[in-house]
Amino acid sequence: MNTVTDLGARRAQVAAALRQVLPERAVLSSLEDTRPYECDGLAAYRQLPMIVVLPDSEQQVVAVLNVCRELGVPVVPRGAGTGLSGGAMPIADGVVLSTARLNRIVRMDAYSRTAVVQPGVRNLAISEAAAQHGLYYAPDPSSQIACSIGGNVAENSGGVHCLKYGLTVHNVLRVRMVTIDGEVVELGSEALDAPGLDLLSVFIGSEGMLGIVTEVTVKLVPKPATARVIMASFDEVVKGCHAVAALIAAGIIPAGLEMMDQTSSRMVEPFVKAGYDTEAAAILLCEADGTVEEVEEEIARMTAVLNTAGAIAIAVSQSEAERLKFWSGRKNAFPAAGRISPDYYCMDGTIPRKRLGEVLAGIAAMESKYGLRCANVFHAGDGNLHPLILFNANIPDEFHRAEAFGAEILALCVQVGGTITGEHGVGIEKINSMCVQFKPAELEAFFSVKRSFDPHGLLNPDKAIPTLNRCAEFGKMHVSGGALPFSNLPRF
Amino acid sequence: MTIYDEFAHRIRSTATPLRLRGGGTKDWYGQALNGEVLDTRVNSGIVSYEPTELVITARCGTPLAEIEALLAQHKQMLAFEPPRYEGSTIGGVVASALSGPRRASAGAVRDFVLGAVLMDGRGEVLRFGGQVMKNVAGYDVSRLLAGSLGTLGLILEVSLKVLPVPLREASLRFEMSEIDAIMRLNEWAGQPLPVSASCWHQGVLSLRLSGADAAVEAAQRKLGGHPLADDDASAFWASLRDQTHNYFSGGSLWRMSVPSHASAIILRGEQLIEWGGAQRWLKVDEAAQAESIRRTVAATGGHATLFRGGDKSVGVFHPLAPAVAKIHERLKQSFDPNGIFNPGRMYAD
Repeated sequence: MNTVTDLGARRAQVAAALRQVLPERAVLSSLEDTRPYECDGLAAYRQLPMIVVLPDSEQQVVAVLNVCRELGVPVVPRGAGTGLSGGAMPIADGVVLSTARLNRIVRMDAYSRTAVVQPGVRNLAISEAAAQHGLYYAPDPSSQIACSIGGNVAENSGGVHCLKYGLTVHNVLRVRMVTIDGEVVELGSEALDAPGLDLLSVFIGSEGMLGIVTEVTVKLVPKPATARVIMASFDEVVKGCHAVAALIAAGIIPAGLEMMDQTSSRMVEPFVKAGYDTEAAAILLCEADGTVEEVEEEIARMTAVLNTAGAIAIAVSQSEAERLKFWSGRKNAFPAAGRISPDYYCMDGTIPRKRLGEVLAGIAAMESKYGLRCANVFHAGDGNLHPLILFNANIPDEFHRAEAFGAEILALCVQVGGTITGEHGVGIEKINSMCVQFKPAELEAFFSVKRSFDPHGLLNPDKAIPTLNRCAEFGKMHVSGGALPFSNLPRF
Repeated sequence: MTIYDEFAHRIRSTATPLRLRGGGTKDWYGQALNGEVLDTRVNSGIVSYEPTELVITARCGTPLAEIEALLAQHKQMLAFEPPRYEGSTIGGVVASALSGPRRASAGAVRDFVLGAVLMDGRGEVLRFGGQVMKNVAGYDVSRLLAGSLGTLGLILEVSLKVLPVPLREASLRFEMSEIDAIMRLNEWAGQPLPVSASCWHQGVLSLRLSGADAAVEAAQRKLGGHPLADDDASAFWASLRDQTHNYFSGGSLWRMSVPSHASAIILRGEQLIEWGGAQRWLKVDEAAQAESIRRTVAATGGHATLFRGGDKSVGVFHPLAPAVAKIHERLKQSFDPNGIFNPGRMYAD
């Protein structure tokens, strides 16, 4: 039997069932309608979905999941599609459930410092709506103008301020979600905890594999009165790392702490003119926030530590415009990479900070080994490293070299006691590297967690957790590397 | 044979359920104590501590006091301020997930768990999370263990994020009604003020400020109130953290976890309010009013725990919604297929 015809018949059957429970316009099944959903932010991985649904109420989400469960159709949830690990990549005979129409801010309450929002609400839209009360939502992934809160819950997104203000898991009080069995479940609560096991913790960062989020209660925090950033230059990367350790040892938790190597600063400076010292081996951005007096006091303490640690130049932002200018280079590292290289591949390992020198030396050796350049940007406060491998997909083999380079970086991160992904998620992209980090019994434990929420294995299957067979084949398979779409969007 | 081998052997060969127990300082907490004691204190010791990485890793049986003493040498702390009962172990701190006065501003136990090594019901050693701040590889099972009361497995090792001790602390007192205190606490929490702990009891609101000198001084000027001498303040906050304050003696004690802005809860008994209004203790003479406590607290969006004393037959923990209970059962079955770990400690089986 012809598989194309099979898929066509299946599509007609499932679409008809979905149209029984959803309005006509909420079910997309023609090629031209489903094409925009074939990939997320990791565009090298593409797959046309069988059907896309756009529910606009929790009731409709329940109905979709009931239909899909009864017909045995896999469901891939999708927020804004800005994810970088292919977590929202469709399945050929599956349904993509987009949360785009679940985009209402249900409640914004200054007194309780909470907002109740639907999953499709953009991260930044929450802070914009809260601004009139002097409040904001703290996690600020650099894609925050586009990414949705539902996606942030799925990935446990961070941002450049998470050392001080925490990740999504620290800033979400409650999630309301629908299981594949069509049951509405509340995890967490508007109190600070909930009875029983802390299911909210395990749900956040579960990459859409445990349930479909329909509502999120986020914590809002007071906006600091002011913020200033120090830009410090170092003639050796290792000195920059020691400076970070010295700041922490001095009892300082900066609001933001970011490092860039010389390749990165040379890449961004012509593009954004942030004023970076392109002769320096490393640039460190170190931010203080709070009241005016508090910031002044902290900047003085930070400056003293950085000087002692051997900074060769130090500049402190004197205005909000200058603060944003200093940050602009860091925030635009990705668009800048796109300017100097036809393609680039972003990695997301986290390492114990003290091993950074060693890891950067390892990456430098890999540059020679694979014949590709790599720029490094680093969330220095929390050890999250984003090596950007520059390549040209049109040159035969560069694609595969970039991919092998990336996998070797991740293996090195695991080897020094770190992890293969700090904030982008495993998705489909890093699924093989999971075999490096976890042993079979641990992978089986993850599968059993999944089965506890999704006994039918229908929610975003085959993502994030590799089967043992897959791990056995790892090394023989060819998965393509990826370049980023939305190349003008600030990243990380 | 290593300690882990011995644990695994015991887990695999046991004919009776096991009661995982560290210092036993919280034996009074939870539903029921069943099984033969497996004493975790044989597995003790700090595995690694990197002050500049803000991470400490310790074996489950390590005394909390040992960890805190080491952190203090480097002017760091466990910011969730777990109660320091004589003999408490870090495994018990994580398994019970009790947090102290700083919880509302700094976070709870689970917020500081970075990784854990767990022995499951098959005697398998499983590593989740790690020693780094950001880690999204696999489900976050290590945070799930915080508050699991040993029902999912034996926590062998845990990695916790630590924070610097604040440069400066100052405490203030205000005479204030319960209603005004709840209102003020919520208003202040919406402003950039360095409030790190609060307590309302018998018409007095106590507030602790922590942070840079300038921030604490500015907040003192803004808020007014009566300053509390440093020694008195330390002793007061410690008495709340360790529950040695007079309030905590006698009667049976309910912990009402509610949205911080919930208005005053009218129930028979004496209340003490912490966490900016989000944790309200209720001391009653008898547990007979369990149903009305649960109903009243649930109406605010919160839940009530029969924390200490009283008649546990009313259920120590708030009943779970059926869909949530089903997920609990499946998780328990996954990690502990033979049901040997602390059966009935959280909910009656």
